[in-house]
Amino acid sequence: MFVDMERVAIVGAAMTRFGERPEWVAELLTEAAEATIADAGIDRRRIDHVYVANMASGEFEGHAGIANRLVHDCQLIDAYCARIDQTSASGGAGVYAGWQAVASGAATCALVVGAEKMTHRTTAEATDVIASLTHPVEYQHGVTLPSFAGLTARAYLHQYDAPRESLAHVAVKNHRNGVDNPHAHFQNAVDLETVLTSPIIADPLRLYDFCPISDGSAGLLLMPESIAREVSDRYVVISGIAGATDTHVVHERPDPTRMGAVAASGERAYAMAQRRPTDVDFAELHDMFTILEFLQSEGLGFFDPGHGWEAAMDGVTARDGALPINPSGGLKSKGHPLGASGVAQVVELVTQLRGEAGARQVGGGVGLACNVGGFGNCVTTTIVEAAG
Amino acid sequence: MTEEDTPATGGRYADGSVGYPAHPIGPDGAASTGEVVLTGIAGTVETWTVSTATPPGVRAPNLLAIVSFDVDGGPIRMIGQVEAAAIAIGDRVRLGPPTQLRDPERALRPQGVQSYVGHRFVPVED
Repeated sequence: MFVDMERVAIVGAAMTRFGERPEWVAELLTEAAEATIADAGIDRRRIDHVYVANMASGEFEGHAGIANRLVHDCQLIDAYCARIDQTSASGGAGVYAGWQAVASGAATCALVVGAEKMTHRTTAEATDVIASLTHPVEYQHGVTLPSFAGLTARAYLHQYDAPRESLAHVAVKNHRNGVDNPHAHFQNAVDLETVLTSPIIADPLRLYDFCPISDGSAGLLLMPESIAREVSDRYVVISGIAGATDTHVVHERPDPTRMGAVAASGERAYAMAQRRPTDVDFAELHDMFTILEFLQSEGLGFFDPGHGWEAAMDGVTARDGALPINPSGGLKSKGHPLGASGVAQVVELVTQLRGEAGARQVGGGVGLACNVGGFGNCVTTTIVEAAG
Repeated sequence: MTEEDTPATGGRYADGSVGYPAHPIGPDGAASTGEVVLTGIAGTVETWTVSTATPPGVRAPNLLAIVSFDVDGGPIRMIGQVEAAAIAIGDRVRLGPPTQLRDPERALRPQGVQSYVGHRFVPVED
């Protein structure tokens, strides 16, 4: 079904520093958009579609209409624009929307920018904004995304007889990777003892099992490959991209350790790219919580169910391992400005494929990003490859 | 307590499946054919957590569990707060009386959109 479709190229990629930023969401969007346009080196008047990935600018800072704001602030009038909300997977959904526009021929140059401004709210307030994605039978009990992670981590460790330390290895690895990422919220290494003695947030998970609340933005510029060849000598291509949705009510899934939408979106993306899990050289996974790195790496077929924890402990997923996962530092270290994260994952794939990742550079020509909304509720998977 | 509570009833569907909460349409694509009342029966704790970073108006710490009830067409699972000092996988619990689960005045989602009165799990004495 994809045989005659022209490939979509990424000709520009950039991101702001993630962390506690003084700017508001519109300013963060503009910073990333301008950096992306500059990275592509194209005339902004070529941009005919703009997609802004954002979960909750209305709830966080009372600002709706931010796609329109970006178009005006960056003088992209009269491009079509839309805001894409798919909770924590807004970024991946934004990339998917941009890809759809270009692949269908509706657009010849699509700008995708994701952003979130969160740190001006207290942790409790930000947690409630995110928890508002839950079903009423969950929300009324004060169920949060971190509490889903605690419930699932306990089930996983119990079901597969995995040691608690295996989760800490994910945190240590991703913090180590983040040291070499100048855009990361945290650029500090942590050791196992620090992770395992940090305060409990959702038992058995502790503070260092969780990503921080962050501000930031990231952008991509997409074009048909036939045009990309004319304007860029460093473009990469989206060879596969797909999304899927699981139950809204998390406890209705038959096995809490299996993420059905991760598996479904992965299978569809592999099919489009005509790739298999063994073809992937490195991956950016949605490690909002350490347990999610296990669940996604198994759902995407990198490891058999119940064996993702062994890969983390054995160093398979380390930067110098057989399958580096989250060389950017992941959400865990890089930070998680909700709408920006899925776009930033793809920015890292582009940076790696261009060979521009510096000290965190890994090898290979096939990268995969998996962006998760809710607790596996809605997922996009994107496969990006070097052109050629 | 003036707010109407969330009923502890799941849905039963034409294909024989059950689930909580009840959905307008079941897995078979048809409307729900009946209810499954979960009060008064015991279930088994499948997993649990203690959440310490709770949203405004939610108790801290907040002991939560996913509980499986073995019913005809089941199992049927629920998530909810637990009224106990501690709990373990495999423990038996039942639903307690309706109670205010969080302060609706401090929740992001307004009352009327949903209820904040529901049932906590309580341990079953052997």
